[in-house]
Amino acid sequence: MEIKMKPTRDGFGEGLVELGQKRDDIVVLSADLTESTRAAWFKEKFPERFFSMGVSEQDMMGTAAGLALSGKVAFACTFGAFASGRAWDQVRVSLAYMETNVKIVGTHGGISVGEDGPTHQANEELGLMRILPNMTVIIPCDAIEAKKATIASASCPGPVYLRLGRSGVPVITKEEDNFQIGKADLLKDGSDVTIIACGVEVYEALCAAKALKKENISARVINLHTIKPIDRDIIIKAAKETGAIVTAEEHAVACGMGSAVSEVVSQNLPVPMEFIGVHDRFGESGDPKELFKLFGLTADDIVKSAKKALNRKKQA
Amino acid sequence: MINKVSISELKNIARETRIEIVKMLSCAGSGHTGGSLSMVELLVGLYFYKFKCDPSRPLCDTRDIFVLSKGHGCPALYAVLARMNFFDKNELCTLRKIGTRLQGHPQRGLPGVEISSGSLGQGLSIANGFALGSRLNNEPRRIYCLMGDGELDEGQVWEAALTSAHYRLDSVCGIVDNNGFQIDGKVEDVKGLEPLKAKWQAFGWEAFEIDGHNIEEVIDAYDRAEKVKGKPSVIIAHTVKGKGVSFFENKNKYHGVAPNKDELEKAIKELGG
Repeated sequence: MEIKMKPTRDGFGEGLVELGQKRDDIVVLSADLTESTRAAWFKEKFPERFFSMGVSEQDMMGTAAGLALSGKVAFACTFGAFASGRAWDQVRVSLAYMETNVKIVGTHGGISVGEDGPTHQANEELGLMRILPNMTVIIPCDAIEAKKATIASASCPGPVYLRLGRSGVPVITKEEDNFQIGKADLLKDGSDVTIIACGVEVYEALCAAKALKKENISARVINLHTIKPIDRDIIIKAAKETGAIVTAEEHAVACGMGSAVSEVVSQNLPVPMEFIGVHDRFGESGDPKELFKLFGLTADDIVKSAKKALNRKKQA
Repeated sequence: MINKVSISELKNIARETRIEIVKMLSCAGSGHTGGSLSMVELLVGLYFYKFKCDPSRPLCDTRDIFVLSKGHGCPALYAVLARMNFFDKNELCTLRKIGTRLQGHPQRGLPGVEISSGSLGQGLSIANGFALGSRLNNEPRRIYCLMGDGELDEGQVWEAALTSAHYRLDSVCGIVDNNGFQIDGKVEDVKGLEPLKAKWQAFGWEAFEIDGHNIEEVIDAYDRAEKVKGKPSVIIAHTVKGKGVSFFENKNKYHGVAPNKDELEKAIKELGG
């Protein structure tokens, strides 16, 4: 069966239009990346509620905070690298500290940005955002989930960071699937090892589980779409029932999703863990598929890490 | 709430506000003396002459908005808000103490404090957001944003200045407490800002220059700013850092130092308290 490919930013654009139709209090700001972030789809339908901010991410965050304080739900859109890094202090003070109702939309997350290279490949946002009090951090795995996350964000009080991607990714969830912020989804049960993934790595994790099954290894797969607040219960349960965990993310391992999972595991039920992700290096230009191989983010890499974790479990 | 008070009353309120500020800072044992004292008339002229608000309903829909971008000047704001009865005056002595609502830099949540600030340069963007939101909500209101002159080093201020002009936010009134000093020394030595008025004008703003300690000039500037249509306005207020106490005036040492007991006594005496 052919897998449908669609970027998560497209799901966001659709969700935003739906929100605009349903709610008058939705406003959108963009820092000169209106088409790329899909904010343009909202702008076309609701021009009076769209604000062009120019290449001024810091100003955009503050303006969004002021709009939020006027009773609006403000979506501030740019690339993840700039939303997180360039405007971090504004996000820290004007959004997180003040608990303003601003939804930060960071598209072009991770190395799947491809050819534009390291300045545009955000590998740090999940960490930069999850360390901020009051911040909710979401990374949808496909376009359908991105649409649901967008709509759910608007009703989630306080600041939210939504991490989205540029390139088409396999659509693996269904319209009728439940999506709840802060509640991870068990996609496949298993008993030997658990793969906890987010974003595009969820698909890789499912492929890895299939490959492991051929070798009689039963892998559980969890889609941890919300990094903060983290679903502690599903993680602790996985540690208890499978005794080994691999995390997989298209993001720096340091301070990212794997670190967040590790914080829960080590405090509750330490089990062997392996981390798939970007290991202390910047991205680089290239075709996304080739980059995933180079950076060790493919299903094959997850299989290897799962076996490693399993061996460590057996030796323990 | 527009209390049409007389000029002499406003002058007296400013004098008493300065006494509250030095008391509060001395009690806290730390804080920003110079920049709190330089902005007193700017606040008193605004709150006791121009500003629409209801201290018993601090978030009411009809209020004007005051954004303190130079958050370190909060002792002056706290003193004025307490006098307006946004909260009890007795709370002033809790400044900077554990558990207080009067944080070392302002925190949203204290009645009358619209935004948390302290990291410089962020206020004007938020003021613009308020203006855009008010426009969408059809809520006519004025939005005031007080900045320091040293604060204008921050690039975000100028990003925001472009935004105010681009969206023709004539409800926005910037105020620059132009006391001429920042932590490292004289503003013109640290990183020159002049010609400041021409800069704001070049950014599409109507700019007024006033003596920021002359209360008549201050309230007149607020009235004139309100009449400006189609573009934002800024009041560049020439002030004296540490104004009102001879041994604080233009002594940059007191940028971030509170009066000790001896200094407090002398200061209160000079202020006629």
